[in-house]
Amino acid sequence: MEYLIGIQGPDFVLVAADNVAASSIIQMKHDYDKMFKLSEKILMLCVGEAGDTVQFAEYIQKNVQLYKMRNGYELSPAAAANFTRKNLAEYLRSRTPYHVNLLLAGYDDTDGPGLYYMDYLSSLAKAPFAAHGYGRFILNLPSFTVRLIDKEGIHDLEKLTSGAK
Amino acid sequence: MALEDVCGFEETLLHRKWFPASYLEDSATSYRTTDSYNSGLRQEKSVGNNGTPLHFLMPALPYSTTFNRRRSFPVPPANHSVTVRRPFPLSHGTTTLGFIFQGGVIAAADTRASAGGLVACPAVHKITPIHSHLVVTSSGSGADCMLWERILAREIRLYQLRHRRRLSIRGAAKLLSFMLHPFKGTEVCVALTLCGWDKEAGNTDCVQRSEDSFSQDATAIAHSASPHRGPKLIYVCSDGARLQGDVFSVGSGSPYAYGVLDRELRWTLSKDEAVSLAREAVFRATHRDAYSGNNVDLFLITAKGWSQRKREDLKEEYYRDMERRAKRVEERKRLTEIDASR
Repeated sequence: MEYLIGIQGPDFVLVAADNVAASSIIQMKHDYDKMFKLSEKILMLCVGEAGDTVQFAEYIQKNVQLYKMRNGYELSPAAAANFTRKNLAEYLRSRTPYHVNLLLAGYDDTDGPGLYYMDYLSSLAKAPFAAHGYGRFILNLPSFTVRLIDKEGIHDLEKLTSGAK
Repeated sequence: MALEDVCGFEETLLHRKWFPASYLEDSATSYRTTDSYNSGLRQEKSVGNNGTPLHFLMPALPYSTTFNRRRSFPVPPANHSVTVRRPFPLSHGTTTLGFIFQGGVIAAADTRASAGGLVACPAVHKITPIHSHLVVTSSGSGADCMLWERILAREIRLYQLRHRRRLSIRGAAKLLSFMLHPFKGTEVCVALTLCGWDKEAGNTDCVQRSEDSFSQDATAIAHSASPHRGPKLIYVCSDGARLQGDVFSVGSGSPYAYGVLDRELRWTLSKDEAVSLAREAVFRATHRDAYSGNNVDLFLITAKGWSQRKREDLKEEYYRDMERRAKRVEERKRLTEIDASR
């Protein structure tokens, strides 16, 4: 079971995701990064069905980058979140829906920090804190990647581990 | 396949019917115009195929509209036909493994192809060289793996001919993953591990992928001069998963192989130690897993390319192991007798 969590503070957003990439009963990777950098101040955390997560997340990532290349400035977190939701919604009723659950975290220079919760039915909610999954530390999910977004950008924080290493 | 392309064979009607356009040609028109050989000779490729890379001549699966059921093959609904039922269970069941160590990449696999409860073939090649520095271990459905290996080899070769440089291992994995994506939800079952050595530094994206820009795996940073050159191990499966790592084992025997590997695997293994570890892992997996067995194939990939060890019969290994155990029991008996007699 995969886990994402995000917490919005007064001038930052803190996000964490587990590091396990599993294939049925086998944990294939213990250091898998589930966060996708959309722009200097926007991070997307993506869990769900195996191939869909990377495909969809990379698609959004490249499109956000394309926007910047075409227009010279970056999409705001709110715009990126709505763009993502629109795409998910379009694919939802097609023959190829993407089964992904997302958290989108970003810092807007005018509006401040923002955390957006999105699920596979493409519902979007801006929330002060949000999570996906069960998140049983130590036993099932030995470590978590933690990152912080503030007005300076995205910062890596120390990985949360069970210390058993 | 690549030669046909270069000679322009694909302009004929027959070719267009039986050999659909390769994946890379359906995308950007840009290199079509810059490539002087192609301009004027190629006609507009049809784009009405939903971006599907290869239109296979296969029966359309029943149209699926329920949300939770995965997509059916994207063919227009006019071509409805009943799904063909399989005459026998497909060959599954394998132990394949690959790991990276200081001396390169080891790829090992058993050689049994099982179909349900039957050993369909005891001497299959599950590790296939694609080019001099890339080897692919296959798991899942045998027929699907053979086909997709050939497709991958074709696309890599075409890329090399067009761009005059070899596609990186990561690029090859990504290409394979994108080619497999339209078949997600169909019964294509392919789990390939690409084991290779990147000789040149690969192209970095304009915006680096999150894996690169964020903290990489500690061993990778410590042990490779540049993150793009050196040994690579990437797992690609038909579900869409694409994972780069240091050790992968795939198949029904993989839990057993992981058990042996996780115990002994270290970066600092010597070549002989690594080879014997891989052999031991496959041996233990074939011992316990009914769907793996017969022989073990071992490949070593280094900067100079791949080299294959002679195929070893695991029956011999089993007898050797039995002898070792018998000797140990004898030794213990002898020692206890000596202790008792003191």
